[in-house]
Amino acid sequence: MVPFRNHTGRVALLDRSDVDTDQIIPKQFLKRIERTGFGEFLFYDWRYLPDGELNPSFALNDPRNRGASILVTGKNFGCGSSREHAPWALADFGFRTIIAPSFADIFANNCLKNGLLTIVLPEMQVAELGQRAQENEDYQLTVNLEECTVTDSRGFSAAFSIDDFQRKCLLEGLDDIGLTLQHEAQISVFESQRPAWIR
Amino acid sequence: MPTTLFEKLWNTHVVREQVGRPSLLYIDLHLVHEVTSPQAFSGLRTSGRGVRRPDLTFATADHNVPTTNRALPIADPIAATQIETLRQNCREFNIQLFDINSAEQGIVHVIGPELGLTQPGMTVVCGDSHTSTHGAFGALAFGIGTSEVEHVLATQCLPQTKPRTMLIETQGALPEGVSAKDLALGIIGQIGTDGATGHVIEYAGEAVRSLSMEGRMTLCNMSIEAGARAGMIAPDELTVRYLQGKQFAPKDGNLDAALSYWQTFKTDPGAIFDQVVEIDANTLEPFVTWGTSPGMVVGISGNVPDPREALTAADRGSAERALEYMALAPHTSIEDIHIDRVFIGSCTNARIEDLRAAARVVNGYRISGSVKGMVVPGSQNVKRAAEAEGIDQIFREAGFEWREAGCSMCLGMNPDILNAGERCASTSNRNFEGRQGRGGRTHLVSPMMAAAAAITGHFTDVRKWQFK
Ligand code: SF4
Repeated sequence: MVPFRNHTGRVALLDRSDVDTDQIIPKQFLKRIERTGFGEFLFYDWRYLPDGELNPSFALNDPRNRGASILVTGKNFGCGSSREHAPWALADFGFRTIIAPSFADIFANNCLKNGLLTIVLPEMQVAELGQRAQENEDYQLTVNLEECTVTDSRGFSAAFSIDDFQRKCLLEGLDDIGLTLQHEAQISVFESQRPAWIR
Repeated sequence: MPTTLFEKLWNTHVVREQVGRPSLLYIDLHLVHEVTSPQAFSGLRTSGRGVRRPDLTFATADHNVPTTNRALPIADPIAATQIETLRQNCREFNIQLFDINSAEQGIVHVIGPELGLTQPGMTVVCGDSHTSTHGAFGALAFGIGTSEVEHVLATQCLPQTKPRTMLIETQGALPEGVSAKDLALGIIGQIGTDGATGHVIEYAGEAVRSLSMEGRMTLCNMSIEAGARAGMIAPDELTVRYLQGKQFAPKDGNLDAALSYWQTFKTDPGAIFDQVVEIDANTLEPFVTWGTSPGMVVGISGNVPDPREALTAADRGSAERALEYMALAPHTSIEDIHIDRVFIGSCTNARIEDLRAAARVVNGYRISGSVKGMVVPGSQNVKRAAEAEGIDQIFREAGFEWREAGCSMCLGMNPDILNAGERCASTSNRNFEGRQGRGGRTHLVSPMMAAAAAITGHFTDVRKWQFK
């Protein structure tokens, strides 16, 4: 996993709540057996019109959002299906951080495994960021994971909290399977004490 | 100290606790399907790791599979590759696979319980959010992502942060014609699609106790639609009766030991939950979703809501967008909404009891001339059982298509999809935009409600149905 420390990037606003993973990456693109190449299908049904043309009214198609790496969006982002293809698509498209008032559990977990930082900020602050992103051309934010802050150059500053271990995993790009395997012996002892009928 | 069912499951599965780190949880049963597993297996290969417990891992092909003639090759080459990849992975890593032509094939959350793989007191995971279904047996069952699938394959463990607990306590009994699906939709309507985020739900009370095992699975299945990590119901005599004799359930000498072990999995009187929600089951009615999220739901006697009456600006915006997508006008009576398609299937409502309930409504009637109906049994076992009872005949004679088992139009990864603009009464669990096909409009309902709508061509209160 790529480590995440500090990141400065352009902000895109997706002003919707309850965006589900079916929207982030529709099912017709889940048939691939690789982890890569999902970015071009991100938000497919919203980004493209039925005839395959770009939908000019969709936020990510706004030229102002080109090259955005920080997504600001509404509550309960990533609800629905557990498909990890959703964070794969977001990361492949170029996003490194998503800021929202809340995230669905499985989605947030999946992001973490892919070096994609999900930041929970209070609704008011998210709204403030959304407004700034809309009002300012080339609006940028700096995310500092070492200090757990989100700042812009115009006086916005917010602190966020994140589980210590998750922060460490992101900062160091840890291989958590490797970490678990360090406890092999303990796993074997546990296994030897399981009830007999559970195979 | 009195503890909850969840805490008992948690405490009996912690391999290792570490300060400042998630606990390491042991996984008793790992279910695998074709869509969320290929990248996990290739990850194992890349890192030179094996599968620690192939004997605790079971696979099936369900999401992508055609529901028509299984003897024909799969038309979609990418889907065919994914299924073939699953085969190769299972062969290479020695995992039992219920392949598309096996007698046990079916939707992963239908076959786990019906084969007796899912048992009380177990931890169950699958790369699929509706793994919450298995909680109906008093198991801690939750969906995981593909990286976690790889983690479980390699270690049979998963680092987990302890979730919070929520008790959903039902008062009273469900009225006639109101099913487990309506209870689930009623709960989501009340607490919202993120109402249980970060929590494990335990369902309790008379209305839950009196549900069949199938009904309990329907209820737990929809927990994820309320944002919950998992949903669970304490095992009782019904659970035991369901499991007895099932292929992988404990037998002979093991049965007594298993029974007394299972009995320990219940919440002690006085145990504390982080949140308690009360649901008055007496007042519930059959529900129909009107929007593009399962929380956008209203009783059959109600109307499509007016977004202008929403409490917050954000809710107003979502409701307006949903109504536009669904092509519905505010204040339309739900019974006046006409449909084009009916889908009876999915891991929520394609078990034998669901098909029986729908068939009872359909019996003696013909499907409306303007409606196309499809019944997709949840598994090959369900299909055979239904055929043995003549249920397939009832559906066929009414004009429904009778299909092979799989996820089918629940998510339309196979050719079973809605066309743009088509409106569908569906027994599945998600009415997201485009879920059943781009531009398709999904209304979530119970099997009985779907059946009634198929006959009349519009949503119809099944409580007033004339059974033949
Ligand atoms: S039936 Fe639908 S919800 Fe259930 S596992 Fe299949 S795709 Fe997922």
